[in-house]
Parts: sequence; C-alpha cells; structure tokens
Amino acid sequence: MATILQYLVYGLQLGSVYALLALGYTMVYGIVGMINFAHGDFLMIGAMGTYFIAKLFEGQRIDGTYPMLIVGVIILIAMLGTGGIAVGTEAIAYRPLRNKPRMIALITAVGVSMFLENFPRALPFIGPNPRSFPTLFTPTSFLVLGASITSTQIIMILLAAITMAALYFVVNRTKIGGQMRAVSMDKDAASLMGINVNRVISITFFIGGALAAVSGICYASAYPQVDVYMGSWLGNMSFVAAVLGGIGDIRGAMLGGFILGIAQIFATAINSTFGYAVGFIILIIILLVKPAGIMGKLVVEKV
Amino acid sequence: MKKLLKTFYPALLVVALYIAVTLLRSVGILNGYYIQVMMFAGINIMMTASLNLVNGFTGQFCIGHAGFMSLGAYGAAIVTTMLFKNVPAFAQIPVFLLGLFVGGCVAALIGALIGLPSLKLKGDYLAIVTLAFGEIVRAILRLIQPIGGARGMIGIPNYANLAWILFFMTLTLYLLRNLIYSPYGRAFIAIRDNEIAADAMGIDTTRYKITSFCIAAFIAGVAGGLYAHVLAFIQPDSFSFTKSSDFLVYLYAGGSGSLTGSILGAALLTVLPEILRFLTDWRLAVYAAILVIVMLYRSEGLCGGKELPFMRISRAALYEKPLFGGRKKDSAVSGKQ
Repeated sequence: MATILQYLVYGLQLGSVYALLALGYTMVYGIVGMINFAHGDFLMIGAMGTYFIAKLFEGQRIDGTYPMLIVGVIILIAMLGTGGIAVGTEAIAYRPLRNKPRMIALITAVGVSMFLENFPRALPFIGPNPRSFPTLFTPTSFLVLGASITSTQIIMILLAAITMAALYFVVNRTKIGGQMRAVSMDKDAASLMGINVNRVISITFFIGGALAAVSGICYASAYPQVDVYMGSWLGNMSFVAAVLGGIGDIRGAMLGGFILGIAQIFATAINSTFGYAVGFIILIIILLVKPAGIMGKLVVEKV
Repeated sequence: MKKLLKTFYPALLVVALYIAVTLLRSVGILNGYYIQVMMFAGINIMMTASLNLVNGFTGQFCIGHAGFMSLGAYGAAIVTTMLFKNVPAFAQIPVFLLGLFVGGCVAALIGALIGLPSLKLKGDYLAIVTLAFGEIVRAILRLIQPIGGARGMIGIPNYANLAWILFFMTLTLYLLRNLIYSPYGRAFIAIRDNEIAADAMGIDTTRYKITSFCIAAFIAGVAGGLYAHVLAFIQPDSFSFTKSSDFLVYLYAGGSGSLTGSILGAALLTVLPEILRFLTDWRLAVYAAILVIVMLYRSEGLCGGKELPFMRISRAALYEKPLFGGRKKDSAVSGKQ
C-alpha cells in the first residue's frame, strides 16, 4: 500500500511535467494546426535558464537554498524568458510558413529543435556536459501512510495544478481566451471579426513557452540534472500525452499527461525499458479504440 | 539499341560513378572515409526514396521509418551472424542476399501488421502511431537478450561494400520510378491528392495504402540490412526517432513527391555535416540553421515535385511497346484503376 502510494506521488510529479508540456503542444496544435517538435526544447531552455538565473542570485542563498521570494522571481524570469524565446521562434521560423503545407512547418520545427539543442551546446559557457540543478526549496519529508513525500514534490504538483487552473481560466473566461478559441475554430472568420490573428498566435506561443519553463523547473527539481538534450525525449513523451488525451483539447492534455506519468512510473518499477515503452503501447491501444484520443472529437470530413 | 540505352543510361551513370570512385581510390585521392560517407549516402537515398513513396506519393504520414530499418537490420544480421556463421567464401554472397531478403520481409510483414489497423487513422494520428511503433520496436529490441539487448549486436560480417549499395540503390530507384508510373502509382497519387475522390472513383484506398506501406517497409528493411553489414555493429538506440526525423528532413528538404528530390536531399544532407566538420562544435547548429533557412526560402524543397529526365517516364514512352514482354502496356495509359 505504502509502495503504491509512493509510486502514485512520483507518478503525479512526472505527470505534472508531461501535462504542462503537453498543454503547449495541444494549444499550438489547436490554434495553428502544426506539431511543434521544438516544444520540448523550450523545457530545456526553461530549466537551463533557471540554472543560470539562480547562479545570478547566488548571493541570496541561505543554507544552500533560496528565500521564497527569490525563488518566485527566478521562476517568473525563467517563464518570461522562455515565453519570449518561443514567441521569437514563431515569428522567425513558423510565421512565414503558416499558409504552406503542414509538413513543411513540421520539418522546419525539426530543424528548429536541432538548432535549439545544438546552439547552446556549441556555446562555450553552456556546452554538452550535464549540470546539477540547484535546490530551489529546502526539502522536508513527511510520512503519509508509510510513503515518504517531500515538500518539493508537493510544491511542484501544486505549482503545476495552479498553472493549469490559471490557463483553464484564461482560455475559458477572458477576452484573449475567447479570441484564442475563435482563432482555433476558424482563422479567417476570426480575422474578419477584427481579431488580430498574429497577436493571438504570439500569445499562444508565449503561454506555451512559459508553461514549458514551469515544466522544466518541475522536472529539474525532481531529477536535478540539466543538459541540452533533456528536452527531446520529454517533448516526445508529452506529445504522446497530448495525442492520448485528444490533441487540441486542453483538458485532454492534462489528463493524458497524468495518465502517462503514472503509468510510466508503475511500469518502470517492473522494468526500465518497459517503462519507456508503456506510454506508446497505451497510446496505440487508445487510438485503436478512440481514434481521436480520450477527449478528442472525430471530425468527419465533408466533401 | 537506342531504346535499350534510353532505359539503362541511369544505371550506366551509376556504373560510371563506381568506376570513377574505384579509380580515384586506387590513385589514393579518396580514402576509406569518403567511401564510407558514400555508402551511407546510398543507404540514406534508399531510405528517403522509400519514405517518399508513403509520404510524398501516397500522402500518408509516416514518422517512424527508422523502425522498419531496425527490423531489417536485425533480421539480416541474425541470418548472417547467427544462422549461417563462418560460411565458406563462395557461400557468403548467397547468405548475404538471403539476409537482406529476410530483413526486408520481416520489415514488410510488421509493416502490414501495423498498417492494417492504423491506416484507418488519418493525418497526425497516423503519424503519432508510426512514431509510437518505431519506439516500441526499439524498446522490444532492447529487451531481447539473445541479440544483445541494449548493448547491440557485434561481429556482423562486413559483406556490404560500395558496389552492393550502389546496386541496391539503383534497383530501388528503378523499382520506385516504374511503380509510380504504373496503375498502382496513379492510385497512390490519387489517394494523396484527394482520398475521398479516389475512394469515390473505386480505388480501394485502404488496400493501396497498405501496399505502399509494405513496399516502403521492405525497401527500408533491405537498406537496414545493408547498414548493418557496413557498420558491422548495430544497437537499438541507433534507430531512434532522431534517425526517423533525419529521413524526414532529407525527404522534405529534397522535395517530397520527387524521386530526384530524394536523391539530392539524402546525398547532399548526408555529405553536408561531413563537410562542416571543420566547424567542430558549431557543426550541428550550422547544419540546423541551413536546414531552417532552406525550408523558409524554398519550402517546396530543392526539387519541388519536379523530376530530372532520368527519373521520369514520358507519356510517349508509356505508349511504346515495352522493352521486355510483348504485351502492349495499354492498361498503363487508359487509366484502368
């Protein structure tokens, strides 16, 4: 029982990483209709950025950790920075290709992803070697029903939950959220109604980037090591999570992320390779039963 | 005689290339490293051209092509390394060919198995299933201990050389070109252009999609077998999603829907990272930047759906009496499918 609870907490932690990243995939897909393969690298940029920002605040460190306020500032700067990079990427690499076939944008995304991984790798002060991520919070462990849960885990799961709730509020209750939903339904009609489509897409990429940064911080706090390639497989897994839940649907991305995270942790307990593959197996089974994912609605093509 | 020359001059070009390379090698201008890059270019051309059949001509979206390559590589390597170990010199070539054939068949069979249920999915969902397939194959190969598990297989005989690779590459390109200009090829292209219309015209879309998938998987399997016998070492992690995305990049940078584009894209982009080696750490960043710039300024790819003359069959040639076999190919022009 205690072991199961313990795995469940690990699963929730990994699931929140996937869910936050999957949200970025799903929002970009829903609004622009492209798979942004470079999205996983935004996670890397977020985590890497946090590492360097935390270095800047080195002087504020007390007993190896930072005061709560400083941590908040670090996370905020990382989110803004990553969001900015995401907006820049969209403006430079994706916007000119918006009316081209979708495969073209996808291949460009593969190229962008390679660039985002290999450019920092070539920079002398970053380089290919993994770095150990600083502890942002003092971890205190609690024993709950025999399972040991750290405060970092609780804070990270809460942080992910709050971010997702905020996103859900923004998309469903605010003006910009309404504009996003309109653009995802019909770009041209939305444009005719006076919505600035470019601005909405930029904001979507900004939110996606900022969420990826939070996700990177969550991941690096759980597995305290950052390197330039960390984003690529996390990105793939989150893409799987987004499709699992039904790509284009925000609740689906969250659900898919948590299902994948929990399943992966339990499967890894059996065998590490099986843990890696289980996500893909679940995906194939679900797509064969529900071809548009758990939450997705199948759109019948009209002639 | 003229017609014979017309049909076979692309093959003669390849033979000429081989002779030139061999001569340059014996003079000492080209060393083993250049030869190896050329061999990989040949294998990548096979992979890209077969991916082109699925993605460029049938309009499906496969992003797990390296999975088929790994099945072929392992299938072929098991035949030559485990079943027929230490065969005498005269039996090496038959064993090698048998290995390649088995590798291709394994890949095609699994391709059909995965294709049957998943080709009912459309667009991006099919894409993600093929990605998942590639990763599952990799995970399964990692778990099977007799073939080395995650450490991979070592000691595969070095049967493949440049001549074999050029031979299979030429064969693949001939096969694909003739396929694309056959009734099958027109059915593939019809499905790509408008699946619903093709269905309404009586094309069994699922059947043709699976056919296209299987042929591509077979070629990828053979290419994988060649790859295993060049490197003499394979491991599951060499066939990850990164490898699949390499082939996608070659395909779309060269221009999908054009075999010439696949040749150009695969050859240029295999050689480019080698040329950029003088940049050391910046190599891959510059390569990625070049790729993004090409896609931004020439989105349709280098060839943009056009073919050079030797990868094209003119309309007039379709009406001509075929070179082999007496029957007139009128079904090829009357659009029976």
